[in-house]
Amino acid sequence: MERFIQVLVDGIATGSIYAAVALALVLIFRSTGIVNFAQGEMAMFSTFVAWGLYEAGLPLGLAVLTTLALSFVAGMVIERVLIRHFEGGDVLTLVIVTLGLFILLNSLAGWIWGFGNRGFPSLFSDDTVVVGGVTLSVESLGIVAVLLGVVGLLFLLFQRTKVGLAMRAAALNPDSSALVGVRVGHMLMLGWGLAAVLGALAGVLVAPRLFLDVNLMGAVLIYAFAAAALGGFDSPIGAVVGGWVIGVSENLAGTYVDFIGADLKILVPLVIIFVVLLFRPAGLFGTREVARA
Amino acid sequence: MTGRWRIAWLAVLALVALALAACGRDEEEGSGDPGISDDSIKLGGSYPFSGPASAYRSIAVGARAHFKFVNANGGVDGRKIDFVTLDDAYEPPRAVQNARRLIQQEEVFALFNTLGTPNNMAIWDFVNKQEVPHLFVATGASSWGEDVEGHPWTIGWQPDYVTESQVYADFLEKEKPDAKVAVLYQNDAFGEDLLNGFKDAIEGTDIEIVAEESYEVTDPTVASQMSKLASSDADTFLNITTPKFSAQAIAAAAKLDWKVLHILNNVGASKKLVLEPVGLENAQGIVSTSYFMDPEAAQFADAPAMVEYKDAMERFEPRADEEDPFHVYGWAVASTMVKALEGMEEPTREALMDSVRKLDTEIPILLPGIEVKTDGTEDGYPIEAMQIMRFEKENWELLDEVIQAPH
Amino acid sequence: MSNRRVRTAMVLGLAAAAVAVPFLFGPYRVGQFTLVLVYAVAVLGLNLLVGYSGQISLGHGAFFALGAYTAALLIEKASVPHLLSVPAAGVVCFAAGFLFGVPALRLHGLYLALVTLGLAIALPQLIKRFDGLTEGTQGLTVDQPVAPGWLGLADDQFLYLLSLALAAVMFLLAWNMTRGQLGRAVRAVRDREIAASTLGVNLAATKTRVFAVSAAYAGVAGAMYVFAIGFVAPEAFTLTISFAFLAAIVVGGLATISGALFGALFIEFVPVYASDVDVALTGVIYGGVLIAFMWLLPEGAAGLPRRLRALAARRHRAAEEKTQEGRLTQREGVA
Repeated sequence: MERFIQVLVDGIATGSIYAAVALALVLIFRSTGIVNFAQGEMAMFSTFVAWGLYEAGLPLGLAVLTTLALSFVAGMVIERVLIRHFEGGDVLTLVIVTLGLFILLNSLAGWIWGFGNRGFPSLFSDDTVVVGGVTLSVESLGIVAVLLGVVGLLFLLFQRTKVGLAMRAAALNPDSSALVGVRVGHMLMLGWGLAAVLGALAGVLVAPRLFLDVNLMGAVLIYAFAAAALGGFDSPIGAVVGGWVIGVSENLAGTYVDFIGADLKILVPLVIIFVVLLFRPAGLFGTREVARA
Repeated sequence: MTGRWRIAWLAVLALVALALAACGRDEEEGSGDPGISDDSIKLGGSYPFSGPASAYRSIAVGARAHFKFVNANGGVDGRKIDFVTLDDAYEPPRAVQNARRLIQQEEVFALFNTLGTPNNMAIWDFVNKQEVPHLFVATGASSWGEDVEGHPWTIGWQPDYVTESQVYADFLEKEKPDAKVAVLYQNDAFGEDLLNGFKDAIEGTDIEIVAEESYEVTDPTVASQMSKLASSDADTFLNITTPKFSAQAIAAAAKLDWKVLHILNNVGASKKLVLEPVGLENAQGIVSTSYFMDPEAAQFADAPAMVEYKDAMERFEPRADEEDPFHVYGWAVASTMVKALEGMEEPTREALMDSVRKLDTEIPILLPGIEVKTDGTEDGYPIEAMQIMRFEKENWELLDEVIQAPH
Repeated sequence: MSNRRVRTAMVLGLAAAAVAVPFLFGPYRVGQFTLVLVYAVAVLGLNLLVGYSGQISLGHGAFFALGAYTAALLIEKASVPHLLSVPAAGVVCFAAGFLFGVPALRLHGLYLALVTLGLAIALPQLIKRFDGLTEGTQGLTVDQPVAPGWLGLADDQFLYLLSLALAAVMFLLAWNMTRGQLGRAVRAVRDREIAASTLGVNLAATKTRVFAVSAAYAGVAGAMYVFAIGFVAPEAFTLTISFAFLAAIVVGGLATISGALFGALFIEFVPVYASDVDVALTGVIYGGVLIAFMWLLPEGAAGLPRRLRALAARRHRAAEEKTQEGRLTQREGVA
């Protein structure tokens, strides 16, 4: 029984990693209607910047805060300079552009910081807590706390503030929004800026455990997409729950279902997605679309 | 469309045809082997400069530094070495195209140090058919030495995974003859080779594998595999991973408070890439193997070979980090290449292969006691020895002596 | 000269150039062009799915891999003659595409994209899992087709011409399909799904058929790939190839036949040139070129003639307006 709970807990810890990146994906989708394939690489790049600042002597907290601020600006700039040109156009063109950005950032990071592995200091302590025979790490608890905090903040932003309302309007119907005075362009920039901040936060939370190299986010991105799809692409809480479900189910299957084993355990989240999307395409928490002629 | 456009279009077609014809297909055969002249030798290599395995590009950088160093000192018998490297992003189809390009377009004298088991498997039939030396491939698979008759132009270099696992088995038999081993391995040719080599090596002993977990290079983390392994009744952990995952595994073992004898494979044993990120306090007592001098070890800091290497790296590759062990690997294998070239009796590919097949030399930057020896079809493995090392306090300390593990 | 005549002249010119290639270039370059043909067939299949039918697939690499492994196993382990492995691969992938297309009916847009992405990720794992059959991570070497002596051609030339013949057949089939009933149905589905169904188009059948056909194309391309490279391993079929196909259809031009060829040229040559420029910055250059391409040519290369014509028309109009102005001012006596 203990083992089972440990597996669950480990699954939630891993799932929190996916959830962190999924949140950034959801934020961009919610505020701009775009799926950003380069999200992970932007997060990785930000994490490297934080690492660089820390290595240069800044205390960790300050390095992280500075990175968050820089990422915010960078996200806005990328939207204004690059993405703006393609908005409103073909979805596929945009997919290719974000893919191009993915490849570019990955290579650029390698060129600047090298391709080797390195450590990243954790914002939380190294300790573990043992509760009823189950080992929990303070770090994982911290990540969960941060995630829930972010979800809460996003909820407040979108549901309770004027800015959030304007962002949602700009994403859903840019033309009408412009007519009522929403500065659509600014809202889009804001969305990308915030998503970049979330991505950077995800990177900084995740790098101590995964270790930092240019491929930090490569593997996570697929899981993050799965988490967002499962939870609903326009739902922040969905992203978190989705991440946890994937982490847990993957771990359970890998541990208890002999046929699956570690090499096929990636099938578990994929199959879950497939099934969920077949019967509830909007995801567990997303809003349903109605197709009108 | 008017007649004006028609003329323009025909003109374009004619120009294109002319340009194509100008490139022509060159079927001529010059005299002597390509890629070698009185004052130069051209070598070609295909490496993953981009993509998931790009950390290994450091090998090419180390090799290049050595060739530049040799050239600065007059070259090999007066010939300067021209090392052409291409990127294959660790993708077999790109490796195939690079091999064709190096042989047919760049006209290299020999292929040198191509990296990656699948990439080399993809090209070795073609290269052997073309009768081009396919030398010192950068992979630990045992295939390259097994089939000297079938693929006479191909040869490996580093102690292969069979040798390495034999060394671990020998070590365990002495230290812990009834060890119960838990294994974490990468689910590809590298991991499987090491694991299977180990399984073969412990046959007939009292050593037993009690748990086995694999992971994919595309996995974000090995946390759940480690959790499973730690809950087994093993007293020894065999860690067959590449640097990033080595670090994750060591960190996980520390977090889980899993105190067992920890054997870490050679590829994952870098202090800089693995142990420092994890925290040296978590690396105490870890055992691994080595066959070349550790650029971070104090005991080799004054060794002439190490000094020469570091000076050359500063001079020729200033942007590189000379403490990256992959640079040393590149330096060492390039040294072997130079030795082979020096033993060449005539400037032909056949003569080069003859020299390669009867190597008997020592490379200074390899650990003392490790020889580089081949013997035609009897022995297709240049290096078959390694030395056990254990991490104590802040450094890897070599134990006992070099262990010979011939095939 | 009519548009039709020009187009025919262009196609004939292209065909002539294509046949001439193996006699004008060395084996390395010819090998590259052979791969371009391989990719062109796969990209064509993807374009049928995405461009014409509006369904998205981020995982066509999986069908490509399936076709390649089918052909490789048939040739190496069942001693099937090379040419037979091509339709075999096509049929296997048609079936797989159909099976996948049925549940995929309920998904569209982003969700279909994600599920196909999952397919692309799953396939290399399955290849490794069934390594008793596939040789797993060791990879499987396959004998490549050899030029029959009486032709007097070198192996690489023969391989190229064989691939050219296969590609030509696939292109003709595609061209035919897009003009036929399936093509019309497919376009109707893409443009106005609900309206199309009220007109009697069987949505489900159409969409699954297109999925299956598109997968079959990828499968045939996979078989051609085995001829060209002679080696299969899971590392050759990662997400990279799926993304490359997607980039190719967008760069070449959605819903165009000629776009497939241009897209294939792009994904074969640009990475090589990028790493030639600076091996440290390969990705930066490739990503940058991709983005620049989308910026300058959002309709892909196939949209280039239209853009140039539009540009020429605009200049012409501007020039005319100027002369009109000139005449007006003259008449009114303003200098």
